[in-house]
Amino acid sequence: MKLAFPAFAALMLALPALPVPDFWITQSIYIGLYAIVALGLVLLTGVAGLISFGQAAFVGVGAYSAAYLSTKLGLPPPVTLAVGVALAMLAALALGLVTLRMSGHYLPLATIAWGLAMNYTMANMESLGKYDGILGIPTLSLLGVDLGTGRGLHPLVWAIVLLAALAAVHLLDSRPGRAIRALKEGSTMAEAMGISTLRYKLVVFVLAAVLAAVAGWLFAYFQRSVSPSPFSINKGIEYLFMAVLGGVGHVWGAFVGSGLVRVIEDELQVLLPRLIGTSGNFETIVFGIVLVAVLKYAPDGVWAFVRRRLPQRERVRDWDGAAALPARDKPARGEPLLAVESVRKTFGGLVAVNDVSFRIHAGDIVGLIGPNGAGKSTTFNLITGVHAISRGTVHFRGQPITGLPSRQIARRGISRTFQHVKLVQEMTVLENVALGGYLRTRAGSLRAMLRLERQEERQLMAEAERQLQRIGMGSQMHELAGNLALGPQRLVEIARALATDPALLLLDEPAAGLRHKEKQALSEVLRQLKREGLSILLVEHDMDFVMGLTDRIVVMEFGNKLMEGTPAEVQASDAVRAAYLGTEH
Amino acid sequence: MDATIAGFLAVDGLTNGAIYALLALATVLLFAVTRVIYIPQGEYVAFAALTLALLQMGKVPGTVWFLLVLAGAAALAELWHGWRQHRPPAKLLAAAARTLAWPVAISLLAIWAAPRGWPTAAQALLTVALVTTFGPLIYRLAYESLADASVLVLLIVSVGVHFALVGLGLYFFGAEGFRNPSFWDVRLSVGGVTLSGQALIIITASVVFIVALWLFFERSLSGKALRATAVNRLGARLMGISTSSAGRLSFTMAAFIGALSGLLIGPTTTVFYDSGFLIGLKGFVAAVFGGLASYPLALVGALGVGLLESFSSFWASSYKEVIVFSVILPVLLWRSLRDPHGEEH
Repeated sequence: MKLAFPAFAALMLALPALPVPDFWITQSIYIGLYAIVALGLVLLTGVAGLISFGQAAFVGVGAYSAAYLSTKLGLPPPVTLAVGVALAMLAALALGLVTLRMSGHYLPLATIAWGLAMNYTMANMESLGKYDGILGIPTLSLLGVDLGTGRGLHPLVWAIVLLAALAAVHLLDSRPGRAIRALKEGSTMAEAMGISTLRYKLVVFVLAAVLAAVAGWLFAYFQRSVSPSPFSINKGIEYLFMAVLGGVGHVWGAFVGSGLVRVIEDELQVLLPRLIGTSGNFETIVFGIVLVAVLKYAPDGVWAFVRRRLPQRERVRDWDGAAALPARDKPARGEPLLAVESVRKTFGGLVAVNDVSFRIHAGDIVGLIGPNGAGKSTTFNLITGVHAISRGTVHFRGQPITGLPSRQIARRGISRTFQHVKLVQEMTVLENVALGGYLRTRAGSLRAMLRLERQEERQLMAEAERQLQRIGMGSQMHELAGNLALGPQRLVEIARALATDPALLLLDEPAAGLRHKEKQALSEVLRQLKREGLSILLVEHDMDFVMGLTDRIVVMEFGNKLMEGTPAEVQASDAVRAAYLGTEH
Repeated sequence: MDATIAGFLAVDGLTNGAIYALLALATVLLFAVTRVIYIPQGEYVAFAALTLALLQMGKVPGTVWFLLVLAGAAALAELWHGWRQHRPPAKLLAAAARTLAWPVAISLLAIWAAPRGWPTAAQALLTVALVTTFGPLIYRLAYESLADASVLVLLIVSVGVHFALVGLGLYFFGAEGFRNPSFWDVRLSVGGVTLSGQALIIITASVVFIVALWLFFERSLSGKALRATAVNRLGARLMGISTSSAGRLSFTMAAFIGALSGLLIGPTTTVFYDSGFLIGLKGFVAAVFGGLASYPLALVGALGVGLLESFSSFWASSYKEVIVFSVILPVLLWRSLRDPHGEEH
């Protein structure tokens, strides 16, 4: 299996030297060009969960830049490539900045508009040749070698495709790649791990645009002419179709999809008009119906069927002896850690948290309890910056953190788990925990694509494994998170939070869904953490668990703080009993 | 530019804007109730205009065969679905027959009526009946079993449906374009501004329809059921409102709105099998102005799009579409500054 990629790469690069008819060389170049664009869509749609219908327009930007600059100004290919890519990046940044802050469906809508606007611009600008386009583009010559448009160009196209695929594979298996893979699960968890989701959405969108522009650049020198129609919105939809058909979640799906679509499209363009009796773009009927059918019956595309038959490779454990990641200086025991002062949260007319105050000192385990709807989880969300505080202040280690976004709060050393478990289902347990180490590592997307961050990656994986062993899940690190039962998933969330090296850990119902044995193990883990000087605030319903573990308990009811005290004081309180069990009147 | 030209452009813009308003309302309605971002809304417009044009020429419109193909496919889907659930054959056949009954009946009527040269009003009614029938069939075929999919998956399904509909439109209608004769050939001059009868009809019909839609949502039980589904699907289901029938109803309404828009727009421009896409997308730009959620803002947006389009066709006619579709960027920027926390999960 290890040889599959080198073998495939060697075959594609050597294809022109083999006795393959010219027709298939041309087809193979088209497939390569489509695959570059579809690869961008795999990263964008399949991995990050964003959609663009405007990729054809980015291809057009690359193609028209090459066509215009080479025919009108006689500039060499490297310059035309740089200009095309730069323009595509600018356009993608502009589109991304205005849409990516909002719900996911605004980007596709904006890209439809962008695709249409670009296409009409190409078709109406005098200097771009209007509907006729630009003719007479020179062939591509690099370093004095004229590559022509057929057998000479094929290796360059496929070298670019294969390198792009390799870079994508590397990226997805890295610190920034895991951040991108986390985007699909919504922003709350990723932001709580210190990841700027807007930034990574922009990164993927720009990356997809750059890939498209590179394909367009090749396209111009390959066809030696450009006209508006290959860059229309319909073509943009077709690229998305390729990615979905091939398998939008997998890098190799882009190859399968573009190959299938190119070959089938060619056949249909001959077959359908003959069947129907008139000419026209009837292949769109088939594409449309197949697209709907794929989404309904095989949403993971064709590659998923291939993948199921391939042996699954476990991550090679190569991090033995890796240096430890940097750790923050921890507060001394007893030092004031968290101060919540008269915090209030209103949702419209509803007061969910009503002027609640409490303090946590370093080394404490504090329980936050109360009946359902008491405002415990909302309080958590206020401390961690998920919700904006309506009034009041929160200080952490003497610094105000009121109103900070949750990734800033994470940076200061507060980490958390979620009541509704938020793991990236398609990542392994180990990779999920490694998300927690995001803020303790630095590798960027470019370094990840070039594999220059492997040392840091080993440190990160060593840390993730250490945290998993700490909670007793070391043996399951290669399991997909989505395959775990709820109890172990909660434990993984705790390991992920620990991987952030927190000064304060916020656990939202950590014992819910755990069996008795697992609960005992968890409380042993938490006690161990306490001995190591970590401070914990936990919301929990299991009274045995809370009473046996905590130093102090804050009781909430209907958004108000009912009382605060030691477990014994809380157990003796009539008010608390009334809140839980009701009172006799 | 003098006042006369400005007046002319304004009337022209408002007329088109009224049609975009109808389409924008349909878009908002569908998104609110079914979470489907329905790209092919414009296809109904083209199909209705072409259907009426062919009926006027005494020909059986391609719509009929188109509809029968869709109805056949839907009936087959019904049979397949029922068979897999091990339903008794009698019930299966009854379900398939129910799916087929209305499309077949209206198609037969159209085949019978086409050469008989009915008055325009009757042909218009027939057109609306034919095109409206598309709505529930498309819902059944493409969306119903995906009701719980994410907004983005539904959006990709929508472009698939758009591809299929446009391709089939080319097959059933051919590449020829038609322009319908005006419903009302008068020219009124009001304070120096000339109003065509068609413009008056368009504006009046849009206003009447928007009021009717408002009454439907405010006063009728079905309307309230749709609103309930829009607010909370699960809650609505627990109250006995079927999401499936809410979906079917809203798709029917959207198709009806599309058909109506097609009748209205038919006499003002030459319509081809694929003209609907751009017209529908302009309705879309308007709907985005309302965040795909607010009917009044979508209305304002639609009139804005209409005016922008007519004035830019005067100043920079070849860049008219570029300007109209580029305006979505500042609109989105405005929305993102106004409401940055739009994430839903």
